[in-house]
Amino acid sequence: MTMQFNEETFRGDYTFRNSPAAVRRFPFPFDRDSYAYSVNIEQHPGGPKGSPFEFAFDVDEHYVAEMKDREITLAEDPMRCQSLPHMELAGWDLLELIMVSKARDYPELFKLTRDGNAWHWINKPLGIDKKFTFLDPTTLPCGPMEYITRQAQGDFALLHEREGNLWLDAGMVTSQADWSLDFDVGMNFFEWHAPVPKARKMGVFDKALKFLLAVTQEQSYRRLNWTMTVNPRLDTSPENYHKWGPEKRTITPENVGAKQFLRVELQTFWRLPRSNALAFPIRCYLCNLEDIATQPKWGRRLHRVLRDIDPDLAEYKGFAVNQKMIVEYLSQYDDGAPTSPGIFPED
Amino acid sequence: MRKLALKVTEIETLSPLVKRFRFEDPKGGALPVFSGGAHITVEMPEGETIRRNSYSLISDPYDGSGYEIAVRREDRGRGGSRFMHTQVREGDEITVSSPANLFQLDLRARKHVLLAGGIGITPFLSQLRQLGMEQKPYELHYAARSREEAAGLKLLPEAAHIHIHISEEGARMDLGAILDGQPLGTHVYTCGPDGLIKAVADQASRLGWPRTAVHSEAFTAPPPGEPFEVVVKSSGKTVTVKADQSLLEALEAAKVEIDYSCRGGACGRCQTHVTACDGRILHNDHWLSEAERAEQKTIMPCMSRFKGARLELDL
Ligand code: HEM
Ligand code: FES
Repeated sequence: MTMQFNEETFRGDYTFRNSPAAVRRFPFPFDRDSYAYSVNIEQHPGGPKGSPFEFAFDVDEHYVAEMKDREITLAEDPMRCQSLPHMELAGWDLLELIMVSKARDYPELFKLTRDGNAWHWINKPLGIDKKFTFLDPTTLPCGPMEYITRQAQGDFALLHEREGNLWLDAGMVTSQADWSLDFDVGMNFFEWHAPVPKARKMGVFDKALKFLLAVTQEQSYRRLNWTMTVNPRLDTSPENYHKWGPEKRTITPENVGAKQFLRVELQTFWRLPRSNALAFPIRCYLCNLEDIATQPKWGRRLHRVLRDIDPDLAEYKGFAVNQKMIVEYLSQYDDGAPTSPGIFPED
Repeated sequence: MRKLALKVTEIETLSPLVKRFRFEDPKGGALPVFSGGAHITVEMPEGETIRRNSYSLISDPYDGSGYEIAVRREDRGRGGSRFMHTQVREGDEITVSSPANLFQLDLRARKHVLLAGGIGITPFLSQLRQLGMEQKPYELHYAARSREEAAGLKLLPEAAHIHIHISEEGARMDLGAILDGQPLGTHVYTCGPDGLIKAVADQASRLGWPRTAVHSEAFTAPPPGEPFEVVVKSSGKTVTVKADQSLLEALEAAKVEIDYSCRGGACGRCQTHVTACDGRILHNDHWLSEAERAEQKTIMPCMSRFKGARLELDL
């Protein structure tokens, strides 16, 4: 298997594109024609060959471009990467988890050789060849969490467990759906989820926290979350709202299919061995409405979900202003035919 | 739940009542590393049924070449420790869970004070090594009745910050003296008899320590009790729980599928919905809140029992 990496941008001229293969493997998040918050958690990794669920950390055609975009964001705002001092061990755990997984799952792209704590890491797509001492921070150019997450797609949160709760004590966050690490760092599970409407009352967060605390290192899990983004922008942060917020107003009936993206987060949960911390990678996938509609089942279903969604959720997810145009556009792909259960396209 | 099929490679008698066991991968493969204070669950097949007990790991957490535990023989317990002492031989195969941790160090602490009573020394043996590797300041106090009974002596390094208190020799552990004057930001961890855990909590609160700096090992072995019956909703089957059996063990013996991890009422994995309850659930876990207990709509089968006419579980 050889992988082609796209030359593309996630800001400015927005040249991001999905190949037809990337569209077909897009993690469409709706398994039915309606949506409500739930504790939608299943085991990970595991899924059809070629799907983003197959491997622990999915690497796709956007890898190199996403890492360049992260570099730009970090250069402008170093506070997107923070780690409280007691989280360094968790950083090493995460580095090990990602290096071991990638070398195992993508041997043609990544290679890890270990002799005790003397490690040799080769990352071909990014042109990195590094020898270092595991657990010795002086042998890396930056902290272990920052080092490895500059080489892994998606955002990362590292949670410290104490007092029966999880605390967001470290993270690398540059492709987030409108939340801020700098604001949330040091908060607990209920504090950082406070802005989410309805879910707390439904008991979703109590159940989700209990589940997360019971995650052991033998078994990891995933869930999908989603929102809507105008233009293929990874950095939709509150810090930069002035840059992307106004772009919501550029949607017209003519361009909505190309400029309106469904943004899906593949969130996974891992108990880390040495620190007993929890790792929470949040991988972002983008697909515009035009591309979604190439899969007839997805076009029909997305129309129904967005037409019937609770107005509070449309408001919270930030697409209420364009909801009418989006639903109108998608209606042309909905002939009223029934849809099959599950998230995968029909052949 | 992922299981590891290992081989018993060493058994050592540490004291008249305590033995140390070492398990390794039969092919010499590396086992998952773990964090200080973690435990594994050991399977003990006895006739038709499998008994499972959780034991703290006492070996080096970052060393995947083997796992070690120390087991104290409890002749009045449910039989698991007796099995380990009398049935298990070097060379035997043994099935264990991968490690989980319900008693982790809080690495924010400026200093760690570890207080062990008797066999409660076990979780600290792996924590000591982790603290050593992380180069964190700590002191350990180990209290035992007599030198002969103090199985931990053979496993502890000699060091200035490791203190032994043998009550038979008149060297009782003085909690006030230990806790008073510790630097701000110190965390204290206790494992041992309930009385010790409570005494430490009281002393710490008298000295004005924040509650979040006071930790104790939460999980304990399921208590025996009177036999009782439960009904499994999906099949309508009645399962009898014997006096020396936990509800979880009885359900497993009846081939009812149920999830678990700690088997000590602390992890939440086995939580089961109650669909009918005419009687009183004897909640022995550390997981459910007071309100949840009072409602009697949910039970932790690894620890809790029942007294009454009918208990139906959503299984
Ligand atoms: C420990 C891991 C987790 C972290 C670090 C995390 C973090 C976050 C953050 C930062 C937000 C944005 C809140 C805001 O508006 O500022 C959020 C939203 C949300 N989270 Fe979590 N979360 C975690 C686990 C979970 C789990 C297990 C669930 C399961 C139900 C969940 C459900 C939600 C929901 C429903 C939202 C609203 C999302 C939307 O509608 O777009 N989270 N989470
Ligand atoms: S198995 Fe852990 S609470 Fe029951």
